[in-house]
Amino acid sequence: MHVVVCIKQVPDSAQIRVHPVTNTIMRQGVPTIINPYDLFALEEALRLKDKLGAKVTVLTMGPPMADQALRKALTFGCDEAILLSDRAFAGSDTLATSYALASAITKIGQSQPVDIVFCGKQTIDGDTAQVGPGIATRLNLQQLTYVSKIVSIDQAAREIVVHRRAEGGVQVLKTSMPCLITMLEDTNHIRFGTMDDAFRAARYELTKWTATDAGVPDVSQCGLRGSPTVVKKVFAPTAKTVKATPITGDSMEAQAKSLIDTIFAAHPGIQEDLENSAAANSQGAQS
Amino acid sequence: MTEPATARPAGRTTELDERLAAYKGVWVYIEMERGHVHPVSWELIGEGRKLADRLGVEVWGVILAAPSPANQVAAAEAFAHGADGVYLMEDPILADYRTVPYNHGLCAVVNQFKPEILLVGATTLGRDLASAVATTLFTGLTADCTGLAIDMDTRSMAATRPTFGGSLLCTIHTLKARPQMATVRPRVMAMPPRVAGKTGQIINVPLAMREEDVITKVLDYILDRDSNEAQLAFADFIVAGGRGLGKVENFRLVTDLAAVLGAEVGGTRPLVQGGWIGADRQIGQTGKTIRPKLYIAAGISGAIQHRVGVEGADCIVAINSDPNAPIFDFAHYALVGDAVKILPVLTEAFRARLAAHRKSI
Repeated sequence: MHVVVCIKQVPDSAQIRVHPVTNTIMRQGVPTIINPYDLFALEEALRLKDKLGAKVTVLTMGPPMADQALRKALTFGCDEAILLSDRAFAGSDTLATSYALASAITKIGQSQPVDIVFCGKQTIDGDTAQVGPGIATRLNLQQLTYVSKIVSIDQAAREIVVHRRAEGGVQVLKTSMPCLITMLEDTNHIRFGTMDDAFRAARYELTKWTATDAGVPDVSQCGLRGSPTVVKKVFAPTAKTVKATPITGDSMEAQAKSLIDTIFAAHPGIQEDLENSAAANSQGAQS
Repeated sequence: MTEPATARPAGRTTELDERLAAYKGVWVYIEMERGHVHPVSWELIGEGRKLADRLGVEVWGVILAAPSPANQVAAAEAFAHGADGVYLMEDPILADYRTVPYNHGLCAVVNQFKPEILLVGATTLGRDLASAVATTLFTGLTADCTGLAIDMDTRSMAATRPTFGGSLLCTIHTLKARPQMATVRPRVMAMPPRVAGKTGQIINVPLAMREEDVITKVLDYILDRDSNEAQLAFADFIVAGGRGLGKVENFRLVTDLAAVLGAEVGGTRPLVQGGWIGADRQIGQTGKTIRPKLYIAAGISGAIQHRVGVEGADCIVAINSDPNAPIFDFAHYALVGDAVKILPVLTEAFRARLAAHRKSI
């Protein structure tokens, strides 16, 4: 069994700052991490390694420095790591990204067929949740998004049963491999790797693929050229011309009273709702 | 599978080729799951109506479902919320949501009737489906939009969304492919008024697929017992806390005020990451979008990621010790001070006020 995990190196969003004058992202010095949602995908793949002896290949597309994310993934126990990096990929939107990754996965499958592709639910920098389904559609893989649990895998029948989070419930789905799974968050905990894995990760020679190496059939479908979406403008939201009305008072008690008076005067509906529910509660208490 | 409707974008000019210029009209995917329409569908018809009026075209809904009288009811609701017509695809294969038949069906309707804009709710179903459809059609898809407009120079849709983890906004266009697709999260757009008795046209479209050709099977559907999600998104009163509360023990002050108001409680992303509250109580771009009558934010600085999730509230009260906190840019009322000290006082003031009313009746 062979599984591929797609991960992305992202800036640690907690530490992103916007330049107050130019409204540009200040990337310098912002540490990068593996997209936190991808850790659930990595752990689920590694559990298949533990249980079924699956080989785990981790794949990322990004600048040369994205090799750090791959090396980190290797310390958890992944077997192989491939960095897809080429100037041709720069400026890719989700459609162009899924094209490049799908091409690379096809190439990976030539040495050993791929049974499951894992992705995180979404990334914390793009938050689109579009690349995983894009890969599945392009490679004609059965698409299983928001998976909360892998219930069973029958390797002989090449069948898999999963729980998929839907609105208001959970779908129990049975499908055939190859398939693509995007893992829901909080479904597992990424392991601490072993010392052996750490040593191996440090020594491991990463595979680095350009578009040509990855067998990308048509470079015009990559990068900015292959992206139908165009970012026209990036901006900080304008502050409302009317700032919040300050509620002041001699004491906190006076402040609180002033706030309630102000809200009730401006929104009689809020006063009515609160009083009605308070009255209903008191009747409930009396009965 | 369905043939791609559009050629790949060859360059980056703004000229729309003739074949794509034939794409007309604004569509909304009406999300039906297990006989129920997700309300985000009506919110999108309201938004689609505005875009269509600007373009001078019609707004149509698309329903994919198993044959059922409920579909006619859903179509009538679509008309009541402002749709001019509904494409209805009924087939037993569509009884449960599965990516392959839904993708096949929606792409088939798009390729036959050619809309210039297709809006989809950013639910688990909608995100799954919209991604597959956009990839199949080789077109642009902008996720989780917080604003939609038309650029009249190019007749293209300007889709605005938070970017870089919610610290900035960006406006995205799809210039060289059709339809222009966008997803919008539930409760981001206002519910349009419902006009009873409005009618519209229904066009039936066949799915043309066999169950044998669908590999994925639905074995079961386990209903959630706990529906906190719906409670937060549709709650009229919400009290939420942020990092300004200092430590997890202080979150009780939020819960106390909420109890007096009969409000739901929520919090920011850092609180979820810190394990103070469950992910289902997260308010903001990556959590729940809320539209309550009254929202009280305690110790929340008001980053964009939070702002876009709460801006639909009728009345926002912010308590923060930093007078320059961004939350005061969009809150209606500002209490500058330590939320940990102010919250108990406010809770008591509300309790006394509402108790006084209780006695008076």
